[in-house]
Amino acid sequence: MKPFPKPFGWSAGHKLALAAMLAYCAWSLAGMDVSAERLASGWEQGAKFIGRMFPPELGKMDELWQGIKETLQIAVLATALGLLLSLPVGLLAAANLSPAPLRMAGRTLIAACRALHPVISAILFVKAVGFGPLAGILALVVATVGFVGKLFADAIEEISPKPIEAMRATGASFANVVLFGVLPQVASRFVGFSTYQLDSNLRNSTMVGIVGAGGIGGALFAAFLRYEYSFVFTILATVIAIIVVGEIVVNAVRKALDV
Amino acid sequence: MSGALHIERLVKEYRPGAPVLKSIDLAVEGTGLTSIIGPSGTGKSTLIRCINRLVAPTSGRILLDLPGERVDMAQLQGQALRRARRHIGMVFQEYNLVERLTVMENVLTGRLGYLSAWRAWRRKFDPEDVERAHELLGTVGLAAFAGQRADALSGGQRQRVGIARALMQQPAVLLADEPTSSLDPKTSVEIIQLLREQGVQRGIPVMVNIHDVDLARRYSDRIVGMTGGHVVYDGPPDRLTDEHLHTIYGGTAWLE
Repeated sequence: MKPFPKPFGWSAGHKLALAAMLAYCAWSLAGMDVSAERLASGWEQGAKFIGRMFPPELGKMDELWQGIKETLQIAVLATALGLLLSLPVGLLAAANLSPAPLRMAGRTLIAACRALHPVISAILFVKAVGFGPLAGILALVVATVGFVGKLFADAIEEISPKPIEAMRATGASFANVVLFGVLPQVASRFVGFSTYQLDSNLRNSTMVGIVGAGGIGGALFAAFLRYEYSFVFTILATVIAIIVVGEIVVNAVRKALDV
Repeated sequence: MSGALHIERLVKEYRPGAPVLKSIDLAVEGTGLTSIIGPSGTGKSTLIRCINRLVAPTSGRILLDLPGERVDMAQLQGQALRRARRHIGMVFQEYNLVERLTVMENVLTGRLGYLSAWRAWRRKFDPEDVERAHELLGTVGLAAFAGQRADALSGGQRQRVGIARALMQQPAVLLADEPTSSLDPKTSVEIIQLLREQGVQRGIPVMVNIHDVDLARRYSDRIVGMTGGHVVYDGPPDRLTDEHLHTIYGGTAWLE
């Protein structure tokens, strides 16, 4: 009699995959010149660097405030514009509402927007529209459409078709079916995605400045180049405070809206 | 007369060569409750759904008399189809309400066929429609629930909302696809009575798919028995014999 296979056993394929993964990690580590000495000296360097951050520079509040203000503006404007564009793109890309060619177009647009990290698209937009916050806004709009557009489309594909059927039966037009049958079913999830994206755009907007696309990132990068580590500390502390406050506010909003 | 329905040689094939409806001829006019009975999978739902074109028939005619015109539902497309659908009310087995909208909002969706997208976007319904929706909620016994969300209601209450939504269309004919199959026996009776009552009051025909033969017998003015995609009985409930039921459903043990 053939014995039963061992429950929860590892197949040969599983073992092979695990061995391959471990081998790849070992090979990569070996090729990157990672050594114990470098790690040790790294600790020392880091400690020195942190030491030079104190006391924090508090005399450049104007420069700090300018950067922060711009960062917030980039985040809020990019989120608003990106969400506005995500809604039609999401509808276009949803398989249950959109005919196949349009759906392909929508999904392709979303994939293209997702392909590049916001910092890379910021570099492209700086080349296109020049230095400044406009490039940052455009970069984050693209990121928002890529991320929220996909979430919108997936959420729309998961709605119940039953109310849709009932509304078609009343003679409602496609637009009215979307307005009354589709949107109420996804509204709360949309609000959830939107608040999440605002949070995410706040983080990203502190970074696009590094490549010249406006915001506090520019000041941060300049301070690094000038070895003004005390100002770097002030900027980082402010950014962290903003992200934390932003998250608290967003969570409060989500709670208030029950999403 | 408005609302009269003449179905001629209606065929529906979901797969070519395997018809679900095999040339149905059926005329429904005047007022009264017509119950369609028959085993599962015999095409009762398909028949009802062909009438308002939630399902597209393969061939045949579905002539519907609307105020001032006669249309063939089987042929209509696009806007003409949507205009005709406005006159056909439909009630569903699982109510098909928008759970997150209020009872009132769900009832008002019965008017969506008359609303431009711009007004729908602004949720701007005619004041007369809102008033009529309130009256209808009173009629179906849910006046106190107008502001509640649909997902807070019981099954029977939801079906009443579904009926109010269909009546909101001021339909020329009322269809119901197994309106009682998800409900308990007492509620089922109430729902069927409500459908019949409203049909009589409005002078429109009501067509109902139903699994419960006893319920159909008690409240129908006419019973249509279907099996294998054919109509095998068409007449008043009191002439429906066990022999007919045997032809419709097969077997005998369940009749004893």
